[in-house]
Amino acid sequence: MTWIVQNLWLVPALPTVAAGIGALARRRNRVLAASLAIGSMSVSFLLSVVAFAHVLSLGNRGLATRQVVDFRWFQFGNQWLKLGWMLDPLTAVMLVMVTFVGLLIFIYSVGYMEHDENFTRFFCFLALFAGAMLGVVLSNSLLLLFMCWELVGLTSYLLIGFWYHKPEAAAAAKKAFIVTRIGDLGFFLGMAWLYAQSGTLLFYDNGAGCLEHAALAVLVVHVTAVGMAASTGIALLIFCGAAGKSGQVPLHVWLPDAMEGPTPVSALIHAATMVAAGVFLIARVYPLMSAHAGPGLGLTPTTALIVVTWVGAITAVFAALIAIAQYDIKRILAYSTISQLGYMMMGLGVGGVAVGMFHLITHAFFKSLLFLGAGSVIHGCNGEQDIRKMGGLRKFMPITFLAYAVGMLALCGFPLFFSGFWSKDAILHAASTWSVSRTPYYLGAFGALLTAFYMTRQVYYVFAGASRLDASTAASAHASSHATATPHESPAIMTIPLTILAAFAMLLGFVGTPAWPWFQSFLQDRGVALHLAAFSEPGLLPVMLSSSLIVLLGLALGWWFYGRKPIASAEAPDSFGRLQPHAFSILGHAFYVDALYRATLLRLNAAWSRICDWLDRWVWNGAVQTVSYTVLAFAWLDNLVDTKVVNAGFDEGCETVSRSGQVLALLQGGRVQSYLRMIGVALVALAVFLLWGATR
Amino acid sequence: MLAWTIYISFLGALLLLLLPKSNAAAARVLALLAALVTFAITLVFFLQHRTGEMLTVTDVSWIPSLGIRYHLAADGISLVLLLLTGIIAVTGILFSWNIEHRANEFFAFYLLLIGSVYGVFLSYDLLLLFVFYEIVIIPKYFLIAIWGSTRREYGAMKLVLYSFIGSAMVLVGLIAAYVVAGAKTMALGDLAGFPFSAHFQMWAFPLVFVGFAILAGLWPFHTWAPTGHVAAPTAASMLLAGVVMKLGAYGCLRVAMTLFPLGLAPWGFHVLGLGSWREVFAVLAVIGIVYGAMVALVQKDFKFVIGYSSVSHMGFILLGLMTLNQIGLSGAVVQMFSHGILAGLMFAVVGRMVYDRTHTRELALLGPMDLNKAIPFAAATFVVAGMASMGLPGFSGFVAELMIVIGVWHAFPILTVLVGLGLVVGVAYIWRAMQKAFFAEADRASAAPHAPLPPITLPERLGAIVLIVASVIVGLYPQVLLNIIVPALNSPLFNGLRQGGWR
Repeated sequence: MTWIVQNLWLVPALPTVAAGIGALARRRNRVLAASLAIGSMSVSFLLSVVAFAHVLSLGNRGLATRQVVDFRWFQFGNQWLKLGWMLDPLTAVMLVMVTFVGLLIFIYSVGYMEHDENFTRFFCFLALFAGAMLGVVLSNSLLLLFMCWELVGLTSYLLIGFWYHKPEAAAAAKKAFIVTRIGDLGFFLGMAWLYAQSGTLLFYDNGAGCLEHAALAVLVVHVTAVGMAASTGIALLIFCGAAGKSGQVPLHVWLPDAMEGPTPVSALIHAATMVAAGVFLIARVYPLMSAHAGPGLGLTPTTALIVVTWVGAITAVFAALIAIAQYDIKRILAYSTISQLGYMMMGLGVGGVAVGMFHLITHAFFKSLLFLGAGSVIHGCNGEQDIRKMGGLRKFMPITFLAYAVGMLALCGFPLFFSGFWSKDAILHAASTWSVSRTPYYLGAFGALLTAFYMTRQVYYVFAGASRLDASTAASAHASSHATATPHESPAIMTIPLTILAAFAMLLGFVGTPAWPWFQSFLQDRGVALHLAAFSEPGLLPVMLSSSLIVLLGLALGWWFYGRKPIASAEAPDSFGRLQPHAFSILGHAFYVDALYRATLLRLNAAWSRICDWLDRWVWNGAVQTVSYTVLAFAWLDNLVDTKVVNAGFDEGCETVSRSGQVLALLQGGRVQSYLRMIGVALVALAVFLLWGATR
Repeated sequence: MLAWTIYISFLGALLLLLLPKSNAAAARVLALLAALVTFAITLVFFLQHRTGEMLTVTDVSWIPSLGIRYHLAADGISLVLLLLTGIIAVTGILFSWNIEHRANEFFAFYLLLIGSVYGVFLSYDLLLLFVFYEIVIIPKYFLIAIWGSTRREYGAMKLVLYSFIGSAMVLVGLIAAYVVAGAKTMALGDLAGFPFSAHFQMWAFPLVFVGFAILAGLWPFHTWAPTGHVAAPTAASMLLAGVVMKLGAYGCLRVAMTLFPLGLAPWGFHVLGLGSWREVFAVLAVIGIVYGAMVALVQKDFKFVIGYSSVSHMGFILLGLMTLNQIGLSGAVVQMFSHGILAGLMFAVVGRMVYDRTHTRELALLGPMDLNKAIPFAAATFVVAGMASMGLPGFSGFVAELMIVIGVWHAFPILTVLVGLGLVVGVAYIWRAMQKAFFAEADRASAAPHAPLPPITLPERLGAIVLIVASVIVGLYPQVLLNIIVPALNSPLFNGLRQGGWR
């Protein structure tokens, strides 16, 4: 056991301590707060790199790459509840990703939040988030993971509601916390069930952990009342938690609203790390998700994985459709994130840990790049978020534009040179050979087309043409001290992280190509060699070619609608989404063929987007609302019962006692005469009774 | 030495009555000193006594003809609660620093209450326990009736009536046990060792259990709790929710369950699907959890939210007791400690920090005051207390609820789902109260400027910090309590329970 494994706890502990110190700092200690957060994150990053190198060297020497350190937390009877941390390839990759992306976003935030009065508090929350997230990544116990998971949710709440004086931000924060909590209820129950069944919550514990063979063998044969294996039930409950965090349908409603938070938060928490924690969780408990009852069934997917795949595939397309009809630069990216998380889930379902995780890592880089780019745009436009009011920013913000373009091409999966291509292709290839159904493959391919389309639309709206920025609206939204009518490039402290992320968004793909699947082998503890022959594997090249064509088609379609003519004014209707006479007169005269398509196929498509949007607003949202009103109704009923029945019973009892007391008090009037009268009457009655008795 | 906690409190109360009336400052200092000394004694004892077995403190004859002795003893479970009492006693005084109206009497009643609570937790002789248990009621009544607020006479009277009904039931059960055993002893250990007939236990157990559980807020005997908490002054609600409700839970575990373990056994027939008192009380406890949380969700008065949340959290304790397994019972004791600390903290925020400054507890009126800006310390404290109360990891509530839920999963798997529902509603009502009281829309606030509220004072800060630190220590290292709770649960006192329904 080496030093780094023993002291891996330092990685999450450092940012947490920094947050603690930051919480005590006064509001004006801006430099202290920022340097504490950034400094602790740098050290954590270095430690993560050391840990990564350690795992790598172990793998190269052919040793077991999973190392765990467990400690006792508390005791009941003669049992101990143990917690612990672990270092394995999955953890190592995530540690490096989270600390690296986190560090860049921390640095970027110094520029972005420069004018905010609560700068100190912001860095305190960010550092706390980083600590909790790193805790999720390295814990070797479902319980510890859950604890950190909840802390992550809390910091997410605090950061979404950071500008709580905006009612939308406060509402969004509340919604995020409560919706994810609904998923967490499933997680919690799954955890309690797992504990009751296997007696441990440690993942790996020298053969006694809940993800190891002995425990899984018990879980798969234990059949519950509804005829489902315990392992399936537990896996599905845990997936509820993952779906809540990772914004899978129907629990995705909180994520678009979460964009009310500051943009670095959206980049770090709601794109790169926290929302990916759900995917990570499924990857972590993958042995449980894929546990089979008997030997020889190794290749058939389990019920749990089938559910994961379908939910992922539906989410991927659903969110991509909605993204087409959005105007807020961050909401487009938010729906895109949901869609990409769907891809990751699908990747886990059809292709296993390596496929899903590869997309998680590449996505973390290019999506945080996009968000930071969007933040730079918003910063440059003095707080404007509506893409209709932007335009022409390529001239004003060249670095941001280039970085954004890289991120956009990576997200679309532009062939060969961008990381998104390789990771998305791995998912599509796995989906095309999935034994259950080919529908997820088609859904994934369709989602890829939509992705390319809506990103092209966004880029054209934001960067092309002439500026449509209205000075009067812009000045009101942002700190007015430096408000200028023309957009401006962001300071270097914001553009440098962008550039670094852009480099990774391109290069990262090459560690996981079919010819040199280093990333996949690393996660699976295998050696790796370069062999180009892998491209000739049956089914691979057609998938790659078709997905490349799909991406190009999406880009072309986007160009067709938004690129050919510059968008004239902020009020001009979206040339694809809103087919009004105005749009016809601009575009329709020359190309009646287009108009024909638009009136039929594309109108249908737009209608479908709107239906999905409507569904999102009314059905899913409505379901949440209905549940909350029902709960409230019950609560009122309980309240009524409490005041009118339970309490009234008590009051009634008291009244009866005091009333009977009053009646009895009449007898005790204190007047001797009436007592004597009573005695006389009683005597007579007694005499009569005795006499009557004697005569019988 | 532990016995001095009782004597010092009573002595302090006496001294306070002798002090000149006009000097409120002297009264608080004296009260604080007395409370601090008792707290120091419990803390020293808690730190030294790390094995948790029963330790006799004092044992002299009291009523020889009846074999009743003045017997004080402490084991791990009572030590945990003694420590809790010490913490709440000190912080309660810190949060009453602004009492000017008849301060001497206030603190005298306060110390009397504290002293008798110490007495209950220390008594080994059951008649002695009962005597202390009765003394608790008297200062409780006066604290609420004189220094209380909303409907204080009603609240105080209701509380007293419920308490007396409960203790009458307990007394009947205890006397029956004394007579049936016929051994001329009221010592807990001796009576617990006596093999009462199963038939006798079947009716004595529910009698004594319900008698104590009334004070622990068992649904549907809980209605004294919210009204009493709301009517009480801050320190008294802290004591009520913090330690007095624990007296009930402690009595359930310590007296009802050890004396009559066979009362938990199956009846042999089913009524409404319930086959034993154990199942009946477990179901009532779960109803309390969900119901309390639900009712808390729609309250308009800030303090009622906390009052009903106590009902919900006390349900966890009673449910933990009914699991009859090691982890559930340990969890119930940890929850007693945790809820004592957290309820105390919440009542301190609502009663002292907010109400004493704004003079309203209506959530609708608090919102526009922009309290988050006006008294940020109160807002931050409530956020922390709320997080801890809804069971966020790192605080004591999480550990306790986790242990209870695991215990319940073993004992009553179906009820776990309802408990989970209670947990979710628990998040919702805290969130709602927090949002409405501290983080409501600021625009309305700027429209109606208020006179600046007095800043949070040093005693309040100290009190809040002490309580938060206590919760975090237990949350991060629960072993500090479990080290002595677990041996206590494994002691001979609980033999009957282990052989009875214990799994």
